[in-house]
Amino acid sequence: MAYLDHAATTPMLPEAVRAMTAQLTAAGNASSLHAAGRRARRTVEESRESLAVALGARPSEIVFTGGGTESDNLAIKGLYWSRRAADPRRTRVLTSPVEHHAVLDAVHWLAEHEGASVEYLPVDELGRVSPDALREAIARDPSDVALVTVMWANNEIGTIMPVIELARIAREFDVPMHADAVQAFGQLELDFSATGLAALTVSGHKVGGPYGIGALLLRREYAPVPLLHGGGQERHVRSGTLDVPAIAGFAVAGRIAAERRKEFAREVGALRDDLVRAVQTAVPDAVLGGDPDPAGRLPANAHFSFPGCEGDSLLLLLDAQGIECSTGSACTAGVAQPSHVVLATGSSADLARGTLRFSLGHTSTRVDVDALADAIGPAVERARTAGLS
Amino acid sequence: MSGGVDSAVAAARAAEAGHDVTGVHLALSANPQSFRTGARGCCTVEDSRDARRAADVIGIPFYVWDLAERFREDVVQDFVDEYAAGRTPNPCLRCNEKIKFAALLDKALALGFDAVCTGHYATVVLREDGSRELHRASDMAKDQSYVLGVLDERQLAHAMFPLGDTLTTKGEIRAEAELRGLAVARKPDSHDICFIADGDTQGFLAKHLGEAEGDIVDEDGTRLGTHTGTYGYTIGQRKGLRLGVPAPDGKPRYVLDISPVNNTVTVGPSEALDVTGLTAIRPRWCGTAPSGPGTYTAQLRAHGGETEVTAEPVGEELRVEFTEAVRGVAPGQAIVLYDGTRVVGSATIATTERAREATRPI
Repeated sequence: MAYLDHAATTPMLPEAVRAMTAQLTAAGNASSLHAAGRRARRTVEESRESLAVALGARPSEIVFTGGGTESDNLAIKGLYWSRRAADPRRTRVLTSPVEHHAVLDAVHWLAEHEGASVEYLPVDELGRVSPDALREAIARDPSDVALVTVMWANNEIGTIMPVIELARIAREFDVPMHADAVQAFGQLELDFSATGLAALTVSGHKVGGPYGIGALLLRREYAPVPLLHGGGQERHVRSGTLDVPAIAGFAVAGRIAAERRKEFAREVGALRDDLVRAVQTAVPDAVLGGDPDPAGRLPANAHFSFPGCEGDSLLLLLDAQGIECSTGSACTAGVAQPSHVVLATGSSADLARGTLRFSLGHTSTRVDVDALADAIGPAVERARTAGLS
Repeated sequence: MSGGVDSAVAAARAAEAGHDVTGVHLALSANPQSFRTGARGCCTVEDSRDARRAADVIGIPFYVWDLAERFREDVVQDFVDEYAAGRTPNPCLRCNEKIKFAALLDKALALGFDAVCTGHYATVVLREDGSRELHRASDMAKDQSYVLGVLDERQLAHAMFPLGDTLTTKGEIRAEAELRGLAVARKPDSHDICFIADGDTQGFLAKHLGEAEGDIVDEDGTRLGTHTGTYGYTIGQRKGLRLGVPAPDGKPRYVLDISPVNNTVTVGPSEALDVTGLTAIRPRWCGTAPSGPGTYTAQLRAHGGETEVTAEPVGEELRVEFTEAVRGVAPGQAIVLYDGTRVVGSATIATTERAREATRPI
């Protein structure tokens, strides 16, 4: 079995499993005042501190959520509502067309139901937003911008955005900027305090932690309107009993991801480069998606379009050979749609249907790459016979 | 795998027989509804989920293939066009011919599969010479060979119907599904036309073809009433004519003829429906075409009875004479010829000859 879909989810680290299971049998609600509650609270706060170190943030800037999607929604809807409440002119949302659906659908919902006008900043053929485009868009009328949200690195094609420059520009105009860093965490250096971002999304299960836990890093001066109302557990921004075992597991995984980041990026990056060469050797007309310069893309990401192939067919054929990857695009009722990311980079609709994303992780070895190298050529040949239905 | 009980059990039987089975659900609508309402329609998101769940239980891979565009062109548009031309199409048959055993089969073969296995009730018999025959299902009440009669030998060579060769009633299939732990055991059967989710065929046709008011006349051309579109009628139809004037002899009246050209529906007594022969087009033969006239039993619509005919290929057409006159033969439907239980061939009914020719309005 060659698991090449770590960007979808990656196996939990043994250290995270241990930290999490240690908490599963312990009683105590972190909001309770008795000894058991204090014990649970201590675990939560130590986890918060540990993650804060890993992400260059203050502990008070970490808001635990139910995952990346919730963090994105809280940042985008919450900041939109609070910014508009402070000044009703602020209804413009600036984003990119290559965002994850958790961002795209949230801004789309604001446009449909909350009077937002969404402006998609142009991206180049690598899927990258230019700082000049953001400056121009804000400068056109700084008073009506509610927020900016641009991802740190793309989940499909792996392109790294110039987030630090973008955040600096947003800050110049006093506009809050959010970045979805779900894919970047563990692969790129994230120093939240240094970036000037208002908010940043990270997720547990993408870095070797458990599912169902994430965090929104939120600068202290921002108070987004909550999505969930209740006990007010997390800064009155996010209610709900704290999931102590998941938080403990996430914190350990996050700490290790940050500690091992450089080494991981170097090793997995070399493996990825081998994978890219192997695919290009087996299928000379395969089109590498995203930035060909390794410095401009996530070290664990490889993305290809295979002309004349249906991504679905390739996935089926590789799956039958024990190679697990993704078409990279979202599904509607189980039906793969041409990737909006690949379309946004200017690819033809046919090419956008024939994409595969291979993503490596902490369990990846050369054996996985070799298995793909053997299987990809015949699979592409066969998928071409099946054609584009 | 539609998400229904038949295809789930078919997949389970095929897997149990040792085949390397992959479940495929066809997405046939560009905008599927979320939930299924009662027995109507199929290919909702819920159906897709039911099919996936069945595949999980059987232990086979599962994928959804998007054939919505092909289905829209080859089945839905054909359905609308046929009604617009005054004929009565059978979309399930068209789907087998153009989608399940064409688009789906071709893609499957290209990807390295050997056959398409479905939950149809019919039997494929492999002859000693390597040729294949399509036969009625062992259980005549469930037989679906009529909607498979369009398949040629190449298509049959890559078809598998694991439900066809067992004497079984639906109850037993459900019991088998239950035993196999398939939750679809208790799911209601699908009726009606899958792409008309609310079951309102007339409303569907009105939306696609628009309303066009015209006359309902008797055999002499006397105007008896009005209709809002000829597509609302089928040859042999009795109900829903809404004629204000009763027939002079007080007998019920039936639709005898539909003429979209002059937008007229002709009605008359039941005896005027008697058909003695017909001409059918696009004959497909399971095996070699017969060289001369032959005696067969014929089926003229889904779930219809058998009738004895003499049939002969003439040029590109099929000429059929009925031993005894039959009623309610609608152009657009298929005629499937049988030799005992064996499907000999099928063709699309183009024109009929009446015992008593209706006087068509000018």
